[in-house]
Formats: sequence, structure tokens, C-alpha cells
Amino acid sequence: MQKFTVLKAKAAPMPRANIDTDLIIPKQFLKTIQRSGLGKNLFNDLRYDEQGNERDDFVLNQEAYRHANILVTGENFGCGSSREHAPWSLLDFGIQCVIAESFADIFYNNCFKNGILPIKVSSEDVEQLMQAAENKENEFNIDLEQQSITVGNHQIDFEIDAFRKHCLLNGLDDIGLTLQNESAIQDFEQKRTKQKAWL
Amino acid sequence: MTKLKTLYDKIWEDHLVAQSDAGDDLIYIDRHLIHEVTTPQAFEGLRMSGRKVRNPKATLGVIDHNVSTHKNRHQGVEVEEDSRLQVETLRQNCDEFGVELYDILDVRQGIVHVIGPEQGFTLPGTTVVCGDSHTSTHGAFGALAFGIGTSEVEHVLATQTLRMKKLKNMRVLVEGSLPLGVTAKDLILAIIGEIGTAGGTGHVIEFSGQAFHDLSVEGRMTVCNMAIEGGARAGLIAPDEKTFEYFKGRPFAPKGDDWDKAVEYWETLKTDEGASFDKEVVISANNIVPQVTWGTSPEDVLPITEQVPEVSNDAVKRAIEYMGLIPGQPLQDVKIDKVFIGSCTNSRIEDMRAAAEIVKGKKVADNVYAMVVPGSGLVKEQAEEEGLDKIFMHAGFDWREPGCSMCLAMNVDKLQPGERCASTSNRNFEGRQGRGGRTHLMSPAMAAAAALKGSLADVREYQ
Ligand code: SF4
Repeated sequence: MQKFTVLKAKAAPMPRANIDTDLIIPKQFLKTIQRSGLGKNLFNDLRYDEQGNERDDFVLNQEAYRHANILVTGENFGCGSSREHAPWSLLDFGIQCVIAESFADIFYNNCFKNGILPIKVSSEDVEQLMQAAENKENEFNIDLEQQSITVGNHQIDFEIDAFRKHCLLNGLDDIGLTLQNESAIQDFEQKRTKQKAWL
Repeated sequence: MTKLKTLYDKIWEDHLVAQSDAGDDLIYIDRHLIHEVTTPQAFEGLRMSGRKVRNPKATLGVIDHNVSTHKNRHQGVEVEEDSRLQVETLRQNCDEFGVELYDILDVRQGIVHVIGPEQGFTLPGTTVVCGDSHTSTHGAFGALAFGIGTSEVEHVLATQTLRMKKLKNMRVLVEGSLPLGVTAKDLILAIIGEIGTAGGTGHVIEFSGQAFHDLSVEGRMTVCNMAIEGGARAGLIAPDEKTFEYFKGRPFAPKGDDWDKAVEYWETLKTDEGASFDKEVVISANNIVPQVTWGTSPEDVLPITEQVPEVSNDAVKRAIEYMGLIPGQPLQDVKIDKVFIGSCTNSRIEDMRAAAEIVKGKKVADNVYAMVVPGSGLVKEQAEEEGLDKIFMHAGFDWREPGCSMCLAMNVDKLQPGERCASTSNRNFEGRQGRGGRTHLMSPAMAAAAALKGSLADVREYQ
């Protein structure tokens, strides 16, 4: 998993509440054999019309936000099914951080498993950040170590669980965590080779 | 005094790598079996994070779940496009990550839980995992074996370990011996009927007692295969002389000096006399009659001599309606449309022999389509050497190539809505063998008898 330390990038404003996982990635894209490649269908029904043409009014289709790495959005983001395809598609598109007043639990957990930073802030802060994101010139600076979001001279601090912060800063997913036991695994393997040479 | 341990305790402790703050243990995984359906995203995950398969030799790949069972499948006959893509993906992944794969033209290809032991890849005292719930099958050899999800598949590929909490110990003690004509399948169905489909939840079940001692290793596999249907993630039977004999000379089994050392270790793999279990069930084998399921859960099971139950609650009502049965109707009057002999529960050579013995020189009833799907290319080869294929075909059975087939209907082998099947597989859930299909679970001999009669039948009248 990619480490998350500091992210300096454009933020796309999506002022809408209750964006569910079906909106993030509709179910017809779940038959895939991959986690990658889902980025092109991220927000599929919002992003394309029935003929598959881009909808001009959708934020990620606008030139300024095509390469946004941050999403500022309404409350209860990621509700619906538990599909890990939702964070997979965000990440594949390039979104590494989602800022919202609140998130659905499973989606929130799935973000950390995939190296995405979900940031919870107050509704006043979301409002300010939404405005900041709507100015196409602005860049957001997200510093996980400092737990701060900075736009221009304005800074907002956020809370995050210490253990999750540690995992993200060091790029540790479940596998990464287990690999911190590398020496124990190696010791075990040596002992095993000695005692059970037949394996 | 040292603490008395169960077989499960012993294998667990022998695989403990580390204990984490979060309360789970890190367990070493000796053997990992993979197939085309539950692995694509796991390999994709490795690729995305730039990881390797830690020990490619500890992993063995096979194509089984969605392959066609048609004899010309390698030419694309009865091959569906999305299945083809999954198969092709597994090929590429195994190639890229250095994992051995038994492809469809390989005689060793077959159902993942049949080929593991057949190759000696599964061994007593090992930990075995696979992205498939019926991995419990391998417990028949005293291996701690259980199914895992795709993210865990990736975890095992990358680290050769799993993080998990230890489960509880349960013992199913079956006293006495099975009557003639009553098989391992009848025994496990009867056990599930007794404990229910949640009876083993949160536990590893150790099966012990005379009945299991008497069973062949293949029969024991049938029992452990369905431990998951009794709610247990794993089943265990202590290895014995029969187990050791089974592995002698198998490709991955130890040789020479190693063999002696291995056997010495394997002999320690049993529950200490007096060790305690969190839960215990005692059943008598003496009165078990051939079993058949009537409903849509493996616990909906009865002796073939009984009648469809009366409606006692909503679940029973729904099951009877779905199955298209009449309360009080004798089970032996229930007409069938199809017969499926196969699946990791019952597709080994002994199953083929048991079914062939019943149908030898007879004909499948006119109203029935019957198929035999051997569990592996080697089972098929052995059966053909013994002339069993001829017996089946003369009787009117279709003789197929190995794979999961109509056990889960991910290929073209499936029931049509409303069709009724006598099946040797393990799940009779709604739609399991095809949307609207109706499944009655039973032993291979019982399924063979049903094929001849055209309705559910008591095999003892055909022996
Ligand atoms: S035969 Fe059925 S139960 Fe066994 S592995 Fe295949 S699909 Fe699963």
C-alpha cells in the first residue's frame, strides 16, 4: 500500500449528501477480475449519459478537476453495500483523500485498507472547504502527520485514530502489518525446515 | 502436569508464529490451494503493491469451478466467455508469480479438494487454506483446513500466514458401526440433521469414534467436507495407519528418511486422553438409515423410509413449496428429472465404484438425465481402467470431464427452473444447482438407485 504523508492537490467539490456505493461504482462493474481499471467507471451514471458521453455538468469532467486527488463532499459518503470496489475505483481514478462531515462505517474502514485518507470535519468546515474547492485556482495541502488541511492561509485541523494514522503514514495495510512480524515468520520457517524437512 | 490438548490445540500451537496486541494470532500456512474464481483480485492486489508470492511452492493452482465438463472443452465447447476470462487470468497469474497450475489438459486437473490429497499436497498436521468453504475436506487427514476470502488469499500469498482468533473445540463422537448399505454421506447427513446447520458455528469439529475409524480415508473426506454444512469452519479426524498408507508414494509426500520422521510426527497427532471439549455430541451409528434431504438446507434431512414432513413453521412451509412437495408424501414417491454424481463431496474412485455397482447391467429410467463427473483426471483414468465408464454409459449415464460442474452450476451444467435432482453434492440451497432447481442430497449409491427408479429410492432394495 502507498504511504500517505503529505498531499498537495486539487480538490473537487461534490456538494451532495448520501452518495452511496452504487453511485460510486454501479453493480455491473463488479464482474471484473481486477481491482484496478475501475477508475473509468467511477461515478459512472453521474459522469456519462446513456450514450456513454461525458456529462459536462459533472465536476470530474471539468478540465480543472479531471486530475483532482481530493474530494470534498456531503454527509454519509459511501453508504450502501460493502463492496471494496468503491475505494478501488476512487483510488484508480486518483482520489487519495475524501473530506466529508461523515462516512458510512464499512466504506470508512475500506478506505484505510486501500491507502485512502477519509477526513471527517464539522459541517462549517465542510462548507468553507467546499467554497475553497469551487475556486478552480486553489490547491489543498493535506498533512497527515500534522493532521491539518491548508488552503492558502486558512488551516483546519482534523482528528484521526492514532493507529490508523500510523498505518497510513507507513503504508501498512493488513499485509503490511503482518510483514512487521517478518523476523518471527523467518524464525518460524527456519524451525519448521529443521523439524519438518518434508514440508 | 502438562495441559491435556485436543488435536486442534496441537496443530494450532505447532503453527503459531506470533500473537498480536489486537488479540489475534498469526498462524503459519503450509499449503495454499487456489482456483480461478476467488483469486483474480488477490493477485491484482499483489501487483498493485509490488509484492511477490512469498513461497510459490506452498501454493498449487487448479481450474475447476467454472470449467466446462464437455470432452471437447479444450476446443471451447460449452465454454462461457466470462468463465474463459477467469481461467485465462489464473493462467497468467500463476505464470507471472511462479505458481504451479494444473490446466485442463493436465491429467492431474480436478476439483481442488480432490487433487490436494491425491497429490499428497495436503498432509497430516499441516495447515491448508483455499478460497472455498469446502476446504474443510482436508481435515480428514488430520490437517487443519478451512476456507478463506479473497483478501485473505492475498494475505496468504504475500505472507504465508493468516491473522485469526482461535476457535473452540467440539467433538462429535459416533459410537458403534454403520449398518450395511449405509455410507459416510448418510453418516454426515445424519449428524447435520442432529446438530443443525449452526451446530458447529465458532468451533472446529473433531470427529471421533468407531464409525470414523472404520471409514476409508475417502469416506472421511466426505464427512469433513460437510463439516462446514454443520456450521464448523473446519472438521478434523486424527490420522491413523490408513492415512499414512494413503499418502505413501504420492508426488508431494515425504520420501525415504523424511517419511519415517513424518510418520513419527503424524503419530502424535491425536487428542490427549481426557482432554476437554467446549461442546460434545454423542450419536449412535447402529440405527442410521440411508439419508436424503427434502428441503433447502442440509439439515432438512430424513431417512429415505420417511415422509415429507408436515408444515410446522414458516421455514418448513417455504422449503416444501420451493421443493414442490406434498406434506406426508412418502419420500420414495418423489419423481426426479436429473441425477448428478460428482462434487468434492462424492467424486472419488470409491464413489464411482459404489454408484457403478448399483447401475451395472441396468438402465436409467426414461424420465431421467443422469451424469457422472469424476473429481479429477486421475479418478477418471482409474475409473476407465476399471471399466466403470462403460458401465455408466451402458446404463445411459453421461460420462464427463472433471470439475465442480452442477455442484454450483457456474458452468453450463445446471438445473432448469422446477427441475428436481438427486445429487451427491453438499448444498441444497435455493437455486444452488440453477435458478429454481430442486436438489435432494444423498450418497452416490442412493443417487444411482434413484437414476434407475426415476424417483427417490432406498438403495438397499438395489443391493
Ligand atoms: S465441487 Fe462444489 S463444493 Fe466442491 S469446491 Fe467445487 S463448487 Fe465448491
